Amino acid sequence: MRLALDLFTIVAVLAGAFFFLAGTVGLLRFPDTLTRLHALSKADNLGLGLIVLGLLPRVDSTLVAVKLVCVWLLVLLSGATVAQLIARVSRDQDSSR
Amino acid sequence: MSWSFAVDIAMVGLLLAIAVFIIAVRDAFGAVIAFAAYGLLVAVVWVRLQAVDVALTEAAIGSGLTGLLMLGAAARLRVAERAAKAEPPGGWLRASAAVLSATVATALGTAVWFFAEPPPTLAPAAVAGIEATGLGNAVTAVLMAYRATDTLLEKVVLVLAVVGVWSLAPDRAWGGRPGTLYRTDPDGVLPFFARVLPPFGVVIGAYLMWTAADDPGGAFPGGTVLAAMWVLVMMAGLADSPPVRSVPLRLVVLAGPVAFVGVGLAGMVIADAFLAYPVGYAKLLIVTIEIAMTLSIAAMLGMLLAGAPQRPVDP
Repeated sequence: MRLALDLFTIVAVLAGAFFFLAGTVGLLRFPDTLTRLHALSKADNLGLGLIVLGLLPRVDSTLVAVKLVCVWLLVLLSGATVAQLIARVSRDQDSSR
Repeated sequence: MSWSFAVDIAMVGLLLAIAVFIIAVRDAFGAVIAFAAYGLLVAVVWVRLQAVDVALTEAAIGSGLTGLLMLGAAARLRVAERAAKAEPPGGWLRASAAVLSATVATALGTAVWFFAEPPPTLAPAAVAGIEATGLGNAVTAVLMAYRATDTLLEKVVLVLAVVGVWSLAPDRAWGGRPGTLYRTDPDGVLPFFARVLPPFGVVIGAYLMWTAADDPGGAFPGGTVLAAMWVLVMMAGLADSPPVRSVPLRLVVLAGPVAFVGVGLAGMVIADAFLAYPVGYAKLLIVTIEIAMTLSIAAMLGMLLAGAPQRPVDP
């Protein structure tokens, strides 16, 4: 059981790290603002989500687990909002050119 | 062990790279963004050094609040920046700046190189005396009990900063509302965000303040989160900034320092010195001060971010 949980943690955190890496590569390589935002939101949503998922079996109490999930949800909310705001500014700048 | 050492070295390298970038980059906006990233990375370094209290404050104040303040400054300097670029400093000025920086860097490097090994520490003494304060977090004990005078003066400096910003108001806006009035689409993304997030933010800010008695937290990180929620609501156009002549606003700004000084003066009567706590009531008094402080810090940081009064109050 212990081994299975450890394996689960390793796989989930590695998958999360992969999404962060992919998101960063996308941020650096993609051609325009909207595609870069797309890459970045993958890192926030999936990357952090998978890392939180991987850390869940390792916490001592339910309260800490709830806190971890809350952190992920708040990052989801703020990430989505900021992406919308940046995308809007970028669209307005493009149309005014 | 070697793995974590490699991560530490990589982190130091990254910090140095960002620091060089901040100095080398030509436009102020880029430098400010890099400075915010630098602050977040420094916060991670503090966590690595097991100073979570410092990390929280660094992330909230050093990166978040200072970053926002400098972003505002960079936006205002944009006009001056163009003029400054058109007229680069002369060779003599550059040379003396380089000599000055090199001297300071060398002096700091030498000081760090000759640190005593092991470094002198008061940590055991701080933990030994913690029983008397009723607290579980040695950092809070240092801030609120052993070195309370420093913490008090820190808050007074913050009040002075707010007074300084308020005195930048033009005559017609004296005592008026700070900043611009933000007009947004009431059904837009930002107002939605500013309606959903503050309930969580208020709970988190209060929690950071409350938990500081026994775990990492504090009035500064807590107050910063509260201030962020307030600024978000103002920027989303959901509520206007209060006029700075408003009496309730001034009362909240003064609540923390006044509570601190009040408890300090009372200490001369009910205990044996200024800022001394009577035995058995230390924790109660410290938490009372912290609550007042958190509210004051939130109001002061919010007002610092809102800027100088620009709009006269309607008669």
